[in-house]
Amino acid sequence: MTGEQFVFLAVSGLTIVAGILVVTLRNLFHAALAMMLSFLGVAGIYITLGAGFLAAAQLLIYIGAISILIIFAIMLTRRMMQAQDTPFNSQAGAGLLTAVLSFILLVFVITRLWRNEIFDSPPEVPTAIMNQIVVQLGADFVSPDAYVIPFIVASMLLLAALIGAVYVAWPQVEDEA
Amino acid sequence: MIPLSWYLIVAALLFCIGGYGVFARRNAVAILMGVELMLNAVNINLVAFWRYSVLLNPNPNMPFFTITSGWAWAIFVLTVAAAEAAVGLALIISVYRRRNSVIAEELDLLKN
Repeated sequence: MTGEQFVFLAVSGLTIVAGILVVTLRNLFHAALAMMLSFLGVAGIYITLGAGFLAAAQLLIYIGAISILIIFAIMLTRRMMQAQDTPFNSQAGAGLLTAVLSFILLVFVITRLWRNEIFDSPPEVPTAIMNQIVVQLGADFVSPDAYVIPFIVASMLLLAALIGAVYVAWPQVEDEA
Repeated sequence: MIPLSWYLIVAALLFCIGGYGVFARRNAVAILMGVELMLNAVNINLVAFWRYSVLLNPNPNMPFFTITSGWAWAIFVLTVAAAEAAVGLALIISVYRRRNSVIAEELDLLKN
């Protein structure tokens, strides 16, 4: 086993174990902390893929922002933080069966049906190209030949989501509950 | 050397774990956490495919297929995940204020 494979197995093992904790832990707050650990593992996977910028973005956006937002929501709905009778609904068995079956199907497709020897090892990319990617990405986001329209649509989506979130969470004057 | 299938299998496993969280948890915040795990699995797939196909000859007739496509897609998924988390948590807080509960099974306002 090479060092690369060891690092990959370590970070993906962290991701998977923390992910299993997220969906099984009884205490929601602990589940949110396990989710931050899982996101950290995903950032490690990005680093093994040579995408350091995405790993930094993952740290900032997922661990720094989304996880904190979810923890805020857990604390604002505090009554639900206490251990209940069960964290699972009545379909938990069927859900587990569905998840396991879809995983078996995906593994079958990945390892048997869809195979190509060019994907057996990552191509050697010259360092000059790798260093160019972030610069090129910034140029592509505002280039009419590439991603300027998706970029503007994403910015409008973010604006609409922020305004919508503020509107939905605003306290109602007359609460009909 | 790590084959691409290792990354795909890790992503598939993370996706199915997140899906199980969405199917089986009662708390709406826990369901949102499962969705976040699934979005992360998708992002792993996008970046892994980018890494293993970055030097394949881009088709000039497809301007969206450049050496940065994988990153751009991953960043758009990140953006949508942030928007989804903001709106979802606002909905949960609003529902909690009205019904005093975030258990998904008890939110049966539209039933019957």
